[in-house]
Amino acid sequence: MQKIGVFVCWCGSNIAATVDVETVSDALAREPGVVFSTNYQYMCSQAGQDMIQEKIRELGLTGVVICSCSPRMHEATFRRACEKAGLNPYLVEIANIREQCSWIHKDKAVGTEKAIILGRAAIAKVQLNAPLTAGESPVTKRALVIGGGIAGIQTALDIAEAGFPVDIVEKKPTIGGKMTQIDKTFPTLDCAACILTPKMVDAAQNEKINIISYAQVEEVAGFVGNFSVKIRKRARFVDETKCTGCGLCTEKCPQKNVPNEFNQGLDNRRAIYIPFAQAVPKVATIDPNYCTMLKTGKCGVCSKVCTAGAIDYRQQDEIIQQEYGAIVAATGFEPISMEKFDEFAYSQSPDVVTSLEFERLMNAAGPTGGTLLRPSDGKHPHTLVFVQCVGSRCDGGEKGKPYCSKICCMYTAKHAMLTREKYPDTEVYVFYIDVRTPGKNFDEFYRRAVEEYGVHYVKGMVGKVAPENGKLKVQASDLLGGRQLHIDADMVVLAAAIEPDRSARPLATMLTASMDTNDFFTEAHPKLRPVESPTAGVFLSGACQGPKDIPETVAQAGAAAAKVIGLLSRDHLTCNPCVAESNELMCNGCSACEKVCPYGAITYIDKEFRGPNRTTLVRRVAQVNPAVCQGCGACTVACPSGAMDLKGFSNAQIMAEVDAICK
Amino acid sequence: MKDMTELVTRISGANPRKCMKCGKCTAACPAYDEMDYHPHQFVDMVETGRLEELMNSRGIYMCLSCFACLERCPRSVEPARLIEAVRLAVIRQQDKNHLKPEQIPPLLDPDLPQQAITSAFRKYRK
Repeated sequence: MQKIGVFVCWCGSNIAATVDVETVSDALAREPGVVFSTNYQYMCSQAGQDMIQEKIRELGLTGVVICSCSPRMHEATFRRACEKAGLNPYLVEIANIREQCSWIHKDKAVGTEKAIILGRAAIAKVQLNAPLTAGESPVTKRALVIGGGIAGIQTALDIAEAGFPVDIVEKKPTIGGKMTQIDKTFPTLDCAACILTPKMVDAAQNEKINIISYAQVEEVAGFVGNFSVKIRKRARFVDETKCTGCGLCTEKCPQKNVPNEFNQGLDNRRAIYIPFAQAVPKVATIDPNYCTMLKTGKCGVCSKVCTAGAIDYRQQDEIIQQEYGAIVAATGFEPISMEKFDEFAYSQSPDVVTSLEFERLMNAAGPTGGTLLRPSDGKHPHTLVFVQCVGSRCDGGEKGKPYCSKICCMYTAKHAMLTREKYPDTEVYVFYIDVRTPGKNFDEFYRRAVEEYGVHYVKGMVGKVAPENGKLKVQASDLLGGRQLHIDADMVVLAAAIEPDRSARPLATMLTASMDTNDFFTEAHPKLRPVESPTAGVFLSGACQGPKDIPETVAQAGAAAAKVIGLLSRDHLTCNPCVAESNELMCNGCSACEKVCPYGAITYIDKEFRGPNRTTLVRRVAQVNPAVCQGCGACTVACPSGAMDLKGFSNAQIMAEVDAICK
Repeated sequence: MKDMTELVTRISGANPRKCMKCGKCTAACPAYDEMDYHPHQFVDMVETGRLEELMNSRGIYMCLSCFACLERCPRSVEPARLIEAVRLAVIRQQDKNHLKPEQIPPLLDPDLPQQAITSAFRKYRK
């Protein structure tokens, strides 16, 4: 026999003003199974909680219904209170008569009636509640950071600082990411390499951090606290432990015509290369697509010059299998391809460059040694046109992205300012739609470009760039001046939109982490849980979650690290007991649940069942891993045979609620 | 005039509200110098209901229908369609004295491209 206690809260006047609490508690007292019903001014107060506990002990209540605010607000409070009085916390139901009732109704009669119905539904549900016990799972005290840019480095450093071992998996031969290619950083104009490379060295020297470069994650299994990851470390044909990074091989290699990706293809490197002077790890890598020895078996110059004997043409990919407690995605961004923007003549003239290429042309370690020269003829440009929002804020086309790339306004102001500072004989035009500079000292920076450096900011867009007699004919609109401008430019710089790195989508699939339509990772909550993925144990750092500048990336990287540290510092994790459960006898093995499960919690096994006449039969049935299941209930809806059920929210319980409402 | 705005947006199938006022249409327009109003202004005038001005403007007939604005527009506003719709709206006015075919030849500019002339004749045939 059920003994249910009902406690109706006034919430001061929040509920009591539009719901007659007295009538509600009286009406609910007459519901089947209810042995006690009362109302009180503040149920969540100490006195209110004491009253609930007292009644549980006094009457031996088997279920408690609290008619109050949203369960998001105080469900945990009331569950804790009941647990202290000896009642299983999952035998507590909350009827939300505030957010879903008193706050939205003006008429007290209507509000009261609805509150009674909501209370009745909760009573009907609690009758079917079963005591649930949260399980525990152990935590592997090691973190994996995927991506070794500034986001990944910062996250790894912060986790290591707390004493936990971290692996960084980086797909390029060196860590450092996009920031290594940047010349100066806004709004302070300090040199990017000067602030980044010490961090790269810190990461390399930290004994808690293990850098796995030239590698990619291939497979992720497991769940929060217990991930099992397969990493493929690609063969670089150089023994990392022997190579001293002297660079002799990179000077002697006869294959000189390999586009240098570090300089955005603006110059060439050798087939064996170290991406840049401060690379970490500073070891050479052979590019198998260009190496004559690997392609034809005839060369071997690098192995002859290498005094350390580090060259190994027969090196194979290495598979690393490792367990982790937490995974951080820090896969970063790429500028979009300019191929579809013919109007800017990017593919027609080498003097039309993207902003990242411009960074390299301004950088002392770049192809021009830091002197700004036109790629076409190596001459000094006098008129430069910067075009903003190329591919950003585009609607409904496969050409561009619907979002604002966020960083372009500031780096364009930086480029324009630096150009004017170094070369006062230049005319610099910036075509903008809006100048977006929210950030500390950002707008001041942009205004300085205009006021002190005389950069011409023009509200309008460039419509056409045509190469003609060594010049770039730029046709643009000056909307505020009400005219169409024709500029003979020497260089055009396109602020290309940024998009998530291409490796992010397959990684998200492996992690079962959700993504938005633009392939940015989705946060667990856009405001309150910005560095966590909805998948437990997966965290987000940097531009893989959305466009970000360096300070924001570093802040988010630290936040992600804090979340990882919080997770790894626990020995056991309490699991949510409200998880899906499959009734093996009803399961028909159709895989519908497995397909809809966003967390990869469902697997199928072949299981023996006893058949008639002492026979056994093997059937394929679904199994839920309770540590991975987040209790979303998608599988219970997808299951055609009704085998899948959610503990605490079973189909029977939901139907009982509906019946109670419709009564 | 509100009806007219609706008519223009309906026959064009374009949505002027999507415009973010970047001016790329005007930047791309080869007939800029011939126009009293320019593509980005067309969009704004449709959106703010200033259709009478637009319908009386000579600029709408200077549009070459080259579709550069439509092609370049990052927001898919498609100004060329709006202009075409405005021209249609002029034609569709009942009992209003729009151009008669015999009035057209003296208006013709020898520098106008063939395509625009053909297109103009098609529009005035009724």
